[in-house]
Amino acid sequence: MLELAGVNKQVGTELHINDVSLKMERGSLNILLGPTLSGKTSLMRLMAGLDRPTGGDITIDGKSVVGVKVRRRNIAMVYQQFINYPAFTVYENIASPLRLAGLEEKALDDKVREAADLLKLSDYLERTPLNLSGGQQQRTAIARALVKDAELVLLDEPLANLDYKLREELRVELPRIFSKSGAILIYATTEPYEALMLGGHTATLCEGCVTQFGSTIEVYKQPVDITTAQIFSDPPLNIAKVQKTDTALVYGTQQLGSVSNDLPNDSYTVAIRPHHVSLSPSDRYSVKISAVVTTSEMSGSETFIHVETEQDRWVLLTHGVRRVNTGDAITLYLDPTRFYMFNSAGALVRSPVQKSEVA
Amino acid sequence: MAQITLDQIAHSFDPNPASDADYALKNIDYRWEDGGAYALLGPSGCGKTTLLNIISGLLTSSNGRVLYDNNDMTLLTPEQRNIAQVFQFPVIYDTMTVAENLAFPLVNRGVDRSEIDKRVAEMLQTLELADKANRRAQGLTADEKQKISLGRGLVRYDVSAILFDEPLTVIDPHMKWQLRTKLKSLHEQLGHTMIYVTHDQTEALTFADKVVVMLEGNVLQVGTPEELFDNPAHTFVGYFIGSPGMNIFPGTVSGKSLRLGSVDVQLSKGYSNLIGKTEIGIRPEFITLTSASMAGSQGMKFNLESIEDVGRQKIVRGNIEGMVVNVIVTEDSEIPSEPYAILDPERVCVFQDSFLVSGDS
Amino acid sequence: MSKPFNNKAWLFVLPVFVLVAISAIIPLMTVVNYSVQDTFGNNVFYWAGTEWFIEVLHSSRFHDALGRNLLFSAIILAIEIPLGICIALTLPKKGFWVPVCLILMALPLLIPWNVVGTIWQVFGRADIGLLGNTLMKLGVDYNYATNVFDAWATIIVMDVWHWTSLVVLLCYAGLVSIPEAYYQAARIDGASKWKVFRYIQLPKIKRVLLIAVLLRFMDSFMIYTEPFVLTGGGPGNSTTFLSIDLVKTAIGQFDLGPAAAMSLIYFLIVLLLSWVFYTIMENYGAEKQDPRVEQD
Repeated sequence: MLELAGVNKQVGTELHINDVSLKMERGSLNILLGPTLSGKTSLMRLMAGLDRPTGGDITIDGKSVVGVKVRRRNIAMVYQQFINYPAFTVYENIASPLRLAGLEEKALDDKVREAADLLKLSDYLERTPLNLSGGQQQRTAIARALVKDAELVLLDEPLANLDYKLREELRVELPRIFSKSGAILIYATTEPYEALMLGGHTATLCEGCVTQFGSTIEVYKQPVDITTAQIFSDPPLNIAKVQKTDTALVYGTQQLGSVSNDLPNDSYTVAIRPHHVSLSPSDRYSVKISAVVTTSEMSGSETFIHVETEQDRWVLLTHGVRRVNTGDAITLYLDPTRFYMFNSAGALVRSPVQKSEVA
Repeated sequence: MAQITLDQIAHSFDPNPASDADYALKNIDYRWEDGGAYALLGPSGCGKTTLLNIISGLLTSSNGRVLYDNNDMTLLTPEQRNIAQVFQFPVIYDTMTVAENLAFPLVNRGVDRSEIDKRVAEMLQTLELADKANRRAQGLTADEKQKISLGRGLVRYDVSAILFDEPLTVIDPHMKWQLRTKLKSLHEQLGHTMIYVTHDQTEALTFADKVVVMLEGNVLQVGTPEELFDNPAHTFVGYFIGSPGMNIFPGTVSGKSLRLGSVDVQLSKGYSNLIGKTEIGIRPEFITLTSASMAGSQGMKFNLESIEDVGRQKIVRGNIEGMVVNVIVTEDSEIPSEPYAILDPERVCVFQDSFLVSGDS
Repeated sequence: MSKPFNNKAWLFVLPVFVLVAISAIIPLMTVVNYSVQDTFGNNVFYWAGTEWFIEVLHSSRFHDALGRNLLFSAIILAIEIPLGICIALTLPKKGFWVPVCLILMALPLLIPWNVVGTIWQVFGRADIGLLGNTLMKLGVDYNYATNVFDAWATIIVMDVWHWTSLVVLLCYAGLVSIPEAYYQAARIDGASKWKVFRYIQLPKIKRVLLIAVLLRFMDSFMIYTEPFVLTGGGPGNSTTFLSIDLVKTAIGQFDLGPAAAMSLIYFLIVLLLSWVFYTIMENYGAEKQDPRVEQD
């Protein structure tokens, strides 16, 4: 088990990592999700031992590993930029960590071929990385990490430089490939969709702080604050600043539905996911809001309609192809049972799961 | 703005091409309408960037002609063709401010100073960069720099077309979203012919009126996003579009009946005289999972492997009679423990030797 | 230090450290020692304090030599930097000719410096030298041994021939790293060749150019071997640079005190001017920094 307790990393006057505490179990898949420069790579480097924290402690199975040299630790790392030894063949690339460990020839050969098989590189063992496609180069890097049998495998946006479809395929394969080794897998990404597809646990990062850490779908469904909710949405969340007076949620000149009176009268932020906004009313979609269309984008099976309400810009995602014109007035129907409500400090006060007495 | 025609374009990087395999682009014959928004979509190495460079003039094709409004432009340079191009990573002049960057193309063309100032001010407003006009361009974020690159193209009067070469590659997903929408609204506002190269189907489908899907130097299909989604002309198009893509598996079709494993599925259209490799395609969105009792004669036993909850929907992975199948269900759906899959007969596509066959109703 | 501390790395540095100590630091300390003392030879030393420094700084001989050095460096930089950039711009970036051109460029840099001096010494002679002979046949009265202008011209041309390649290679490395997309975008923007140079190439090779300028300045300011071999400091003392003067004082006249003081002053001048160059060039690009300055 890898544990970080109150880890800080100060560079000059900036705090790149701010008081991070995480616990990761053996065999778990952990995702670091956040925008660029949020600290994902810095955090990974601290976990790997490539950097030293300026405060706090990092322990593996109870023993502190701060100051232990990287080479002594049992870790493997895969980078965004397909790092391979350019002069070695694929076979030699995969074999390199085993050669360093002094493994004898027959066992080494077995392991290399096993890894190559898992990553569909068996036909390319004699080629050098420059003669491979991007996807194959990254597979080679992954095979090299796999073969090490490390207890900690760090993947820093490994699929970012790959084609869309290749990314989809590898995303499905990666957890499968590493699950057998029982290693702790840490995967950094900027895309919420990727986190959801991979599953496991997610830590959302913003400016060096971990805002939430839990099972991925839980963090998605129950974000503790608005920052986490926003990091985890793609397309972006629709935000509405409302004023609660008794049971009504006042949004400009309109009303965003009503709530029970157990929350204090204050200003709140309501967030609605784009696919919880409909163009037609129904029992569920009962809250009416008028808006004006700014653009629409059709992606074959779904349509994204961008609108401007009185105060904000929203996006809605509807099934099928809907043709609307820019400048059209449009009525949106929202499902109040799907509202997220955050108080003025940004903390979650209502989420869809609770569904408590929202009219 | 111009209408761009590609007349029998083929290109080989090899001075003496011997066979088909030596050609990066095989035979492209297409007309891009004036003011349209197009996307070139395909995996790495399919030739889309090569094609874009032939359209822009950065590359001269080894065969065929390029016409702008019926004028032969094949041998002309990009400046002479009056196109603007936005590259994968932002290209800005480091030593100049944002405003000077935008003014640069006009200054080079000897436009009047007052006119330049006016155009640049308009462009700054459109791109929402007005407050940064006098900052050095070097200090801006990646998406702002891409906006400047785009702005340098738009600021010119006589731009015949704007070409984009995977412009959102270095941008964060959050900003990617905004920039994409901005491009779309700019297209609606200004009406330039825009051609966008990408390997990301969401970018292509949301931006373009018509998408050109390419593979290994060939154009597989040109169509609107709905056409590509509903009627992919080739199994690759079916697979490439959609996340996850179309489920493709072998099957036998005779008349209106499809034999999959041990089940006979009724189709809405009839197919006769199918020769060669027959494959069936159906999108994950069009398969329903029910319990055994509701399955009926059309239900096929679905061996469940995993369920991925991705927030707004769930992806169910499994197999039918050994063939890998993915199903997409809505976020609140309950998956029965012993599911049976029913294919929507209207949505089944039949492919012969990888190409779509249109059935008779 | 944020990286885990690795003591073994110091062992790699130790041999070099010892060598540098012996060949540089200890001699430097000896020079400092001599510069503040006076001796009459029989190993008896008297404390002189700053006397030598004052004497040197006031001597007209020193001023003249310093003046020659400054003039020389200025001319050299004015010729070699632009010439180097121009040649680098014309070198091919891809293809068969690249290694050929690079080797040709590197050749002058590989020749030992005294050999360079000798080559030009012979080259310039009216009787057996190709250059000297040709000029004589053309009716030009050329003699680097007797004519001051000819001596300077020869030394300058020799230095340009010898060292421009360094500037070329450095600038070439900088130019080659500019991605093609910048040139493509510039073409599309309709920029002329000059504008491409000014707005794309020059800013991007700024760092490399700084290194080239610093190296060429320091080397040209400290020049010794080539002019010494060519003219020996003559005619008269018209090509007696500081370094030559220094050697004459120290070894010729055995005036260790003044020589040591002169060498330290020399060292400090080089340091000062290098710092000035560095500061100017570092801030060149940042000139237009002021983000929100109000325009009048």
